[in-house]
Amino acid sequence: METILQNILNALQWGSFYSLIALGYCLVYGVLLLINFAHGDVFMVGAYIAFFVATFFLGHYAFALPFDLPGWAILALSVPLVMILTAAVGVTLERVAYRPLRRKGAHRLYVVITALMCGLILSNGNLALLGASRRNFPELIDKVIFDFGWIRFTNLKVIVILTAVLVFIGLRLIVTRTKIGMAMRAISWDKFAIPLMGIPVDTVIVFTFILGSSVAGLGGLLFAMSYPILDPYMGAMVGWKAFIAAVVGGIGSIRGAFAGGFLLGFVEIMVVAVFPSTFRDLISFTILLIIMTYKPTGLFGMARTTKI
Amino acid sequence: MRKHVILLAALALSALLAFGCGGGDGDEKVVKIGFNIPLTGDIPKVGESSKNAAEMLKKRINDAGGLRVGEEMLPLEFVYEDNESKAESAVSAALKLIEQDRVLGLIGPQSSKQAIPAGEVADANMTPMISPWSTNPTTTKNRPYVFRACFLDPFQGPVAAKFATEEFGADKAAVLYDIASDYPKGLAEFFTKAFEEIHGKGSVVASETFTTKDQDFSAQLTNIVNSDADVLFLPQYYSEVALIAKQAHDLGWDKPILGSDSWGSAELMNLCGDDCKGQFFTTHYAAAGATGKTKEFIEDYEAAYGETPDDVAALTWDAIHIMLDAVQRAGLNGELEQRREEVMTALGGMASFEGITGTMSFNEDGDPVKCAVVVKINDQGEFTFYKSVCP
Repeated sequence: METILQNILNALQWGSFYSLIALGYCLVYGVLLLINFAHGDVFMVGAYIAFFVATFFLGHYAFALPFDLPGWAILALSVPLVMILTAAVGVTLERVAYRPLRRKGAHRLYVVITALMCGLILSNGNLALLGASRRNFPELIDKVIFDFGWIRFTNLKVIVILTAVLVFIGLRLIVTRTKIGMAMRAISWDKFAIPLMGIPVDTVIVFTFILGSSVAGLGGLLFAMSYPILDPYMGAMVGWKAFIAAVVGGIGSIRGAFAGGFLLGFVEIMVVAVFPSTFRDLISFTILLIIMTYKPTGLFGMARTTKI
Repeated sequence: MRKHVILLAALALSALLAFGCGGGDGDEKVVKIGFNIPLTGDIPKVGESSKNAAEMLKKRINDAGGLRVGEEMLPLEFVYEDNESKAESAVSAALKLIEQDRVLGLIGPQSSKQAIPAGEVADANMTPMISPWSTNPTTTKNRPYVFRACFLDPFQGPVAAKFATEEFGADKAAVLYDIASDYPKGLAEFFTKAFEEIHGKGSVVASETFTTKDQDFSAQLTNIVNSDADVLFLPQYYSEVALIAKQAHDLGWDKPILGSDSWGSAELMNLCGDDCKGQFFTTHYAAAGATGKTKEFIEDYEAAYGETPDDVAALTWDAIHIMLDAVQRAGLNGELEQRREEVMTALGGMASFEGITGTMSFNEDGDPVKCAVVVKINDQGEFTFYKSVCP
């Protein structure tokens, strides 16, 4: 019993990361009908940016702050900074890779392939620039372990799970309650008629990339705090799996991405808790496949009119 | 243009080869040893350590006038060949050293992935080879010409099991290892077998696995924490150790974690920090707190290269000494083939050898029987000698 409760907590934390990444896939897909395969690597870049921002404030470089900042202050400063910088990476990708293709009216397939290439460029560029040796993310906040005898969790675990929920609520509010959210949904609905209504399509698309990438950056920061060993390929597998989670949830649906991420997290953790780890991907993806067979549009997949 | 460059390069190379072949027939009076080491690739640090140790030793002996073989003082000549830490490059490097450079014997390759195929080449070409660092049994099995300078995993596993029993009073153990990698998997199995021999079947109460590149171990560690085990055996490489130790402590594990010789990298403490302090691991030698010959070696190495030698450097040093010792006893008689065979016989007949990583004797497979060292990571993050465990 206690093992199950503990594993539910573990799964909530692990699922939070899948959810945060899946939300990014879902936003871009919702607006552009583009599967942004570079998103997993944007997440990796977010983790590395978090590393450099945090060590910068800790004074690990030539420049040192005249006063010592406490860990929570560094974290508070890092969160917006990491989100902004990662968003900049996402927007750059959009400007350099996706927009020219869109302008030329290239088929969606080519954009997807371009996205794959961008992901590889990000991870291998990182490998070439920073080398293969792993990096250790510094401990920013004092770890507090809450031990109730039957379940144990750290304050970080609570922060991660809460953040995932808050980001989900925030994104949902933006998409359903704001003007720009309405524009996003409108472009998803008909991207040829919408410019005629005076909606600046490019601005809305850039905004979508800003949203998705900054969430990936936030996820990267939290991931680096929870699993503090960074390597250039850390984003690839997590990214792929989060994409599958988004599809199972119903790609394009924010609720679906959120639920899909947690579902995958739960299945993976529970399988490992019971079976040898070699069965993890086998069993978890069999389960997801069965779900897809019965609901090909995903758990929350709906008619195209209500996508995003 | 590009074609011309390639052509020129090919010409230059063939000219070089022609000269190279003409030069060394292996019969002149030098002791020529070949090194098959990873100077580039995944583990360049390992190759660098090996080369550093070799250069230091060569300088010392040549400055003293050379190696005494019989009545003569012969200079040492070392040839370094890069195997790029790849199996196929290790094979071609071994062939080049044997056929082209006509070396008397081979040192290396270091890791088992390269040492196993290169050992096959050395044995087939009847050239003595000593791998300093490869712990996989296959490297020397049924290969009379192949030897090694380190202990094997079937020995290390029981050492860890015995240490856990004596030091922590453990009668229940947990194991967590990467099921997709041969080294951790093999070692975990040897540990489990030895531990269950001491404490009876079922005394390894949790045997959990993961797959290479996993980052979250919370489900496995939850099982381990709730399993009532007294010690966690973790035969993993340094980056995984750092992740696992942290997550284990987060989940409330406050009992000892015991590691294996894969922990012994200087990178470990950079990544793991406080979570690894106070833990133990079994390995080949400990730099901190060393005495006698070992201390002397460490000080010389630090003076020459500005860093503490790791286990690869120490084992390479010993491997070369074993080879040179055999050369001295065999003498250099006749053609190269005969010399190689005599060195092999001398290596096989070695009763015991006093190295800086301990005293060792060779069994019939060419494997040394030697003591393992248990290292404790102290509060400053240094690897200190704790005790040695002998077979």
